[in-house]
Amino acid sequence: MSSRIFGSGIRRREDPRLITGSATYTHDIVLPGMAHAAMLRSSHAHARITRIDTEKARVAPGVVAVYTGADIEGGLQPMPCAWLLPDSELKVAPYPCIARDVVRYTGDIVAVVVAETPYQAQDALDLIEVHYDPLPTVIDPEQAAGADAPKLHAKDINGEDIPGNQAFHWVVAGGGDVDAAFSEAAANGVVIKERILQQRLIPNAMEPRGAVAQYNRATGELTLWNTTQNPHIVRFLCSVVTGVPEDKLRVIAPEVGGGFGSKIAAYPADFITVFCSKTLGRPVKWIETRSENYQATTHGRDHVQDVELAATKDGKITGLRCTVHAGMGAYLSTAAPGIPTILHGLMLSGCYTIPALKEDVYGVYTNGVPVEAYRGAGRPEATFMLERLIDMLAGELDMDPADVRRKNFIPKFDDGHEVVTTLNYDSGDYPGALEKLLEHTGYQALREKQKAGPSNGRRLGLGLSSYVEICGLGPSQVAGAIGFQGGLWESAIVRFHPTGKVHVFIGASPHGQGEETTFAQIVAAEIGVDAGDVKIFHGDTDSTPMGWGTYGSRTTAVGGAALALAVRKIRDKAKVLAAHLLEASVEDMDYEDGKFFVKGSPDKAKTIQDIALMANVAWNMPEGMEAGLEATTFYDPPNFVFPYGAHLAVVEVDTNTGHVELTGYTALDDCGPQINPTIVEGQVHGGIVQGVGQALWEGAAYDESGQLVTGSMLDYALPRADGLPNLDVISTVTRSPHHPLGVKGIGEAGTIASTAAVYNAVMDALRPLGVKRVDMPFTPERVWRAIQEAKGS
Amino acid sequence: MFAADFEYYRAGSVAEAGQLLAAHPGAKLLAGGHSLIPLLKLRLAAPAAVIDIGRIAELRGISTDGDGLRIGALATHAEIAASDAVREHAAALAEAAGQIGDPAVRNRGTIGGNVAHADPASDLPTVLAALGATVTVAGSGGERSIAVGDFFTGVMTTSLGENDLLTSIRVPSAAGRGTAYVKFSHPASRYAVIGVAVSLGIGTKGGGWISKIKGEQKETVCTEAAVAVGGLVPTPVRCGAVEAALNDQPPTAETFAAAAAAASGDIGDDLLGDVFASGEYRKAVAPVYVRRAIEAAAGRAG
Repeated sequence: MSSRIFGSGIRRREDPRLITGSATYTHDIVLPGMAHAAMLRSSHAHARITRIDTEKARVAPGVVAVYTGADIEGGLQPMPCAWLLPDSELKVAPYPCIARDVVRYTGDIVAVVVAETPYQAQDALDLIEVHYDPLPTVIDPEQAAGADAPKLHAKDINGEDIPGNQAFHWVVAGGGDVDAAFSEAAANGVVIKERILQQRLIPNAMEPRGAVAQYNRATGELTLWNTTQNPHIVRFLCSVVTGVPEDKLRVIAPEVGGGFGSKIAAYPADFITVFCSKTLGRPVKWIETRSENYQATTHGRDHVQDVELAATKDGKITGLRCTVHAGMGAYLSTAAPGIPTILHGLMLSGCYTIPALKEDVYGVYTNGVPVEAYRGAGRPEATFMLERLIDMLAGELDMDPADVRRKNFIPKFDDGHEVVTTLNYDSGDYPGALEKLLEHTGYQALREKQKAGPSNGRRLGLGLSSYVEICGLGPSQVAGAIGFQGGLWESAIVRFHPTGKVHVFIGASPHGQGEETTFAQIVAAEIGVDAGDVKIFHGDTDSTPMGWGTYGSRTTAVGGAALALAVRKIRDKAKVLAAHLLEASVEDMDYEDGKFFVKGSPDKAKTIQDIALMANVAWNMPEGMEAGLEATTFYDPPNFVFPYGAHLAVVEVDTNTGHVELTGYTALDDCGPQINPTIVEGQVHGGIVQGVGQALWEGAAYDESGQLVTGSMLDYALPRADGLPNLDVISTVTRSPHHPLGVKGIGEAGTIASTAAVYNAVMDALRPLGVKRVDMPFTPERVWRAIQEAKGS
Repeated sequence: MFAADFEYYRAGSVAEAGQLLAAHPGAKLLAGGHSLIPLLKLRLAAPAAVIDIGRIAELRGISTDGDGLRIGALATHAEIAASDAVREHAAALAEAAGQIGDPAVRNRGTIGGNVAHADPASDLPTVLAALGATVTVAGSGGERSIAVGDFFTGVMTTSLGENDLLTSIRVPSAAGRGTAYVKFSHPASRYAVIGVAVSLGIGTKGGGWISKIKGEQKETVCTEAAVAVGGLVPTPVRCGAVEAALNDQPPTAETFAAAAAAASGDIGDDLLGDVFASGEYRKAVAPVYVRRAIEAAAGRAG
């Protein structure tokens, strides 16, 4: 493997087109005869529709068609849920593309207007009269599970009742008798209890969602341009919902401006757009506004967590017990049931040896936007629980939080370690990561500075977060066992052209992660071509092989492995061809940096470009060898990968006003060998910032009637550069033992660690004042009130 | 953006704008667009006509005028923030203008539009209240001046009539005094949750012949204190009790803290609040920002 290109922080080839505005997004697709759709969304969070009058809209200027729930009957099947969690009493509620009888969140689609211009479509929306009979609403997932809560769904898709709005009840238990551990701790040790609210978050991709559908009546073929993280899954689900057969359906994810999980799911509006194009026989475009994005594109988190930790008096953890009410929103989105369960509960023991644990997760229907994966997806919520409770334990025992972690870490391992939840972590050195972080940041000196006390009412706080996360999803056999209705392998086709230039076709669908650059680096490193000679194709189901998409930090971990193995196949073939051309036996051949030669004679080498030319013209091939230099690989990983690290947040809290300032942040992450350290650093930066956002600023708020109060960027506070310190990013390198390149994912690590680090730092600053808990985000008012209440008590 | 349909007119002069306003009842004036266009976008405003005054030359410019500033209605926040004249005569105004929104907003948004929109969370009205500015208005009856204290009448309401056009703002010079604007920004909108503007002189008291007879020492004291608070109340509020607690008192930390504490009474109980910060909280911490603004102004005085 060449050392020059693998590990080099070369610039992202994606950036020139992105920063000069010459990229093509879904909204840039303009087709002859194209009409424009606009969705009429429910203004009520929960109501019965008594009548819809579309007459005025139908005759409005430019209007081509208006469809309601009744009109799509038979044309659009209900939205499928694609993560059917086993052993969980899963109750999938019917999820119609257009609500017919009842609306269940503000944003539920009631009708669609198709018009000649987007303005006419929008104007006509105002002319549709919908008569609603309002029903009681519930937003809080714990309240929604209560006996008196309004009932969202009469029956599930199998005609069964859904008591307590409960979509599922999933349990993870492992190790010894957890109840006995708590009895023992209550008698002779310590028990820490906490209620944690993981508030709803709005993902806020730079590009809102949209779709352009083009149906050809003559051929029956349909092309769908769609803002998605996984076009192949969209093709699969679109075929099921719209009835366009998969062979006649082409899904293209053009440039996609971020997703963070919100573009994994299949959405009714996209398939309604397909329906409109199919029905009208003309191309139809639908692009959501930012307000619509807030109101109807999936949200993240929304957990009410009741957590208990049992420990000995010297700080050794003996048990963990939790109950989580996870808000699912009004319907189960595509992958939703797996997020607060598989991706959350199985990571509960984190970096630590926990002898016994149990978690009950209740997935609950509420009158909110459906909740889905959001950067980290279940893992930030698990890391937070554990890291918060560990800091509370440290406080209770008057120990340094670092010491409690040291006492409970899993020792260093490099080839597998089975934890209490039955996962087999691949490799890690959690104590090493923390020690390096503490040394790098001068942690002891910061603690000394803290002892000097507040200055002008500003209190210093330090927050640690040690994490390990599960990504690189994942072995398909496991996917099947946990109810994921798809595979989790990836594929790559590598094709050499006569001049030695390379085309790579991948099934994954990067949308901001930089894999056009890093994948070219993989090819360059594996076979000695220039990275600039490698072009990566993705995002078009007609030209790329099947793949399961870009999410869960899996594209490099799984797709990158597929690619490396495909290039290695090419190298093997090239070696045979080179041996033939050099009239040597294959066993005598050597390879180095793009050159094939007889051992000891590197000066008489055949370059990979020589081989590519010969393979393509095929004038002189070994007997039986096929022409061409091309390879395809389907890579199904043997296990997940488990990146890890330790983060430190430093905050100052102004106790006069409650303002929190993040004054320092250091992240140590280990994602194995880094293909492109600049891109890794960028991913870590973005990840940290999104996690900090949850701790300090972000939170989707609904009022009592279920209206989204934080309905725009005027109210929903996103992180901004001026609210952040310089982020200090360092790393260690631990190879994954089972991965062809040794690499692990890095897209979500920052988010998984940073919310807990910042939370712990703020609570560390407030602890001397007697403040016990504050709900996120730490708005100045919440912090100030907590200080006042502590003063009063 | 999917605004409802409207007629668009561009006025070439103040007079023409007046005629267009008279001819189109309910029309909205468009200057920098940073208040009106968001309302149009969300269809919270759907005027039949929009009159663009953005290219009227006579509404532009910042000049010194006798003992103060004349700021044209179309002066942008960026122009105000960068103006040497404003920095010299009304530093707090430049300071506040430089904190509005982001560079794109500051390059388009105008002082006239900002003031006429009368958003209680806006920054400039608070500063203008502290500086004792007057608003010049062209209406059907000719030109008239309105003191800022009489201009803002409630949340997004002013004493402007249907056919009035705000043409300029006159700001008396505060040169020699220290002025400052301190803001608690909403983390999303960057509007003021609390905004405090202070103008403060530092002078002397005593030292005259009567004092000498009395044996009194010449003493450094705060003078001409003017303090206004915005953001948490429907219109900018002048804080008379704070001002009274500053004037004639030595410029010490104790004076500033005691004066700032008096702000609660000045602010009253007609409080604005939202999901981010309740009125009660805003009022409770407002004195902290008042104190900081006084300290900043005092540091620049003299």
